[in-house]
Amino acid sequence: MDFTLPEEVEMVRRMVRDFVKDRLQPLADQVEEEDKIPDDVLQEMKELGFFGLPFPEEYGGVGVGELGYVVALEALGGANSAYGNLIGAHTGIATMSIYLGGTEEQKRKYLPELCSGEKIAAFALTEPNAGSDAAAIETTAVRKGDKYILNGNKIWITNGDIADVVIVYAVTDKSLGARGGVTAFIVEKGFPGFSVGKIDEKMGLRGSHTAELIFEDCEVPAENVLGEVGMGFLIAMKALDVGRIGLAGGAVGGAQWLLEQCIEWANQRVQFGKPIAHQQAIQWMLADMATEIHAARLMTYHAAWKLDQGQRVSREAAMVKLFASEMANRVADMAVQIHGGIGYMKEHFIERAYRDTRILRIYEGTSEIQRLVIARDLLKAGK
Amino acid sequence: MEIVVCVKQVPDTETRIKIDPAGKGIVREGIEYVVNPYDEFAIEEALVLKEKHGGKVTVITAGPDRAVDALRTALAMGADEAIHIQASQEDAVDSIGAAEVMARALKEIPFDIILCGKQAVDDDNAAFAPALAEFLGLPHVTVVTGLEVDPEAGEAQVVREIEGAQEHITTSLPAVIAAQKGLNEPRYPALRGIMQAKRKKIPVSTLADLGLEGETLPARTEVLSMMPPPPREGGEKYEGEPEETVARLIKALQAEKLV
Ligand SMILES: Cc1cc2nc3c(=O)[nH]c(=O)nc-3n(C[C@H](O)[C@H](O)[C@H](O)COP(=O)(O)OP(=O)(O)OC[C@H]3O[C@@H](n4cnc5c(N)ncnc54)[C@H](O)[C@@H]3O)c2cc1C
Repeated sequence: MDFTLPEEVEMVRRMVRDFVKDRLQPLADQVEEEDKIPDDVLQEMKELGFFGLPFPEEYGGVGVGELGYVVALEALGGANSAYGNLIGAHTGIATMSIYLGGTEEQKRKYLPELCSGEKIAAFALTEPNAGSDAAAIETTAVRKGDKYILNGNKIWITNGDIADVVIVYAVTDKSLGARGGVTAFIVEKGFPGFSVGKIDEKMGLRGSHTAELIFEDCEVPAENVLGEVGMGFLIAMKALDVGRIGLAGGAVGGAQWLLEQCIEWANQRVQFGKPIAHQQAIQWMLADMATEIHAARLMTYHAAWKLDQGQRVSREAAMVKLFASEMANRVADMAVQIHGGIGYMKEHFIERAYRDTRILRIYEGTSEIQRLVIARDLLKAGK
Repeated sequence: MEIVVCVKQVPDTETRIKIDPAGKGIVREGIEYVVNPYDEFAIEEALVLKEKHGGKVTVITAGPDRAVDALRTALAMGADEAIHIQASQEDAVDSIGAAEVMARALKEIPFDIILCGKQAVDDDNAAFAPALAEFLGLPHVTVVTGLEVDPEAGEAQVVREIEGAQEHITTSLPAVIAAQKGLNEPRYPALRGIMQAKRKKIPVSTLADLGLEGETLPARTEVLSMMPPPPREGGEKYEGEPEETVARLIKALQAEKLV
């Protein structure tokens, strides 16, 4: 067993780390206040290749696999969550849906522009009546000549406001249910009948937006059926498997960064005549944080590695998503505790991190849904 | 234009340096290495020259196995070729030796201009560029903050920083140019370029190939001992009413000739 990261992945880590330190961290307050990633930074990130990390070079990707992608999201942990969130939705689940489920023609058509970031993608599954129970979606798609007509609403769609390409999951045959009855569509901005509704006010993740997407007799050419009719649910589940590993990478990175801030603060903050780092109570929190981060990191790398070997990872993906997101929440909680009152103040980034971390246990499948996936797999396999 | 950039891999500037028990070097374990920050200005300038005048950028380093990472970073930034001279240099502080090796290697390849950083941030010698120029019998300009090259005329207009002023120099080419901060803003190595950088064949030569003996960069100096800087002394604290403490502070600053 060799735990050293491949050379190219190590390079990814260093590059992203330096970029975060030099370019993104100085903008942290601005992104939070303006609720926007500055255009020039976004452009720079596109040019550097931030948007196509895991995909093969033949489709315009960077070609560093899931492991390289995970390590990049981890290294982004020191920046506002907005960046990882944008990339996670764009790369991890939306573009991933095309990569995993698309025909060769669709991949050739869409992946290069998505990998370069020229176009931004969104993944639209959730609806008012279908969250955890994704099979309950009600958006319909009816074939009419060489087109499909889509009707329905998607909510809380990350990148919904800026997406040029949206992967929309809709019911094509209610009688078949999720397996066979749901189809994925590649919907482009500008297709007639597609519009963006309200942009949500959220607890955190400022700089990344979720929006409602409205389909009113939206016309989608039949060739934009992603893969095959009826394969939608399977594609969504496969994409989410992969997305969850990336999400765990981001959770590890965010937690690691918090740990480093806590160490610095604990050494600096003097109470009772000495730095609080001299108090065993603080030391134990730091030790717990580091231990949990280490565990989450290793299991996330392992899941990414396994995926890169072409193996099935549903169970591991659910496990790393569950553990890393809950770990990150425990770490964020301890980070506020170690900082005391200042950690509760809006002026301090710990307060921001605490809010931003909370979402990790909800999207791309809640913690409860991850446990359900793991348990189902356990009971089926008997081990 | 054939542009050559000499780079050195150094410990990350954020590394907390520890002196090894023998007291002659630093603890290498756990250190993360990066491209010497001043060399990044040199690489960037080389890429700018190439973009302007066409040609090829070759990066070259003399160092142990791990130094190849510095070359790959330069390739990912946009350099075309890389050459690795295999040599251990642990704790060697002899820039002359490094320059001698590099000069021998450069005899084998064409160049119109050689760029490097004004100093390496590990040993801070700032002797490499002048030494290399001497070995090659070329002019050199150090602490460079501005560079305009006229390939037709075989000349370069160079701006260098000196105490309290700027010096404007015309030099014939080829010449050795040592970059100072302010020369440019180095680009990030693109994630996009990583796989190409990884696939690039990097020829390796040994010191023996260059007609030198041993496996370590030739040194004319020896480190006798290395010790950490003395711990910072605690500052002085003025307590009392502002009228009085400010007056004392101003006096103290005047005494130190700071105001
Ligand atoms: C910021 C943000 C961004 C998002 N981005 C996207 C996006 O890009 N694309 C997209 O399609 N969706 C997106 N979503 C939606 C997200 O995926 C859903 O919110 C999530 O799947 C949970 O669904 P829900 O909110 O409807 O909660 P519900 O499903 O209503 O769940 C409520 C609670 O009940 C629990 N629960 C539900 N069913 C069970 C069960 N069977 N057993 C045990 N407990 C259960 C849940 O775990 C949860 O605790 C986003 C949401 C947010 C907040």
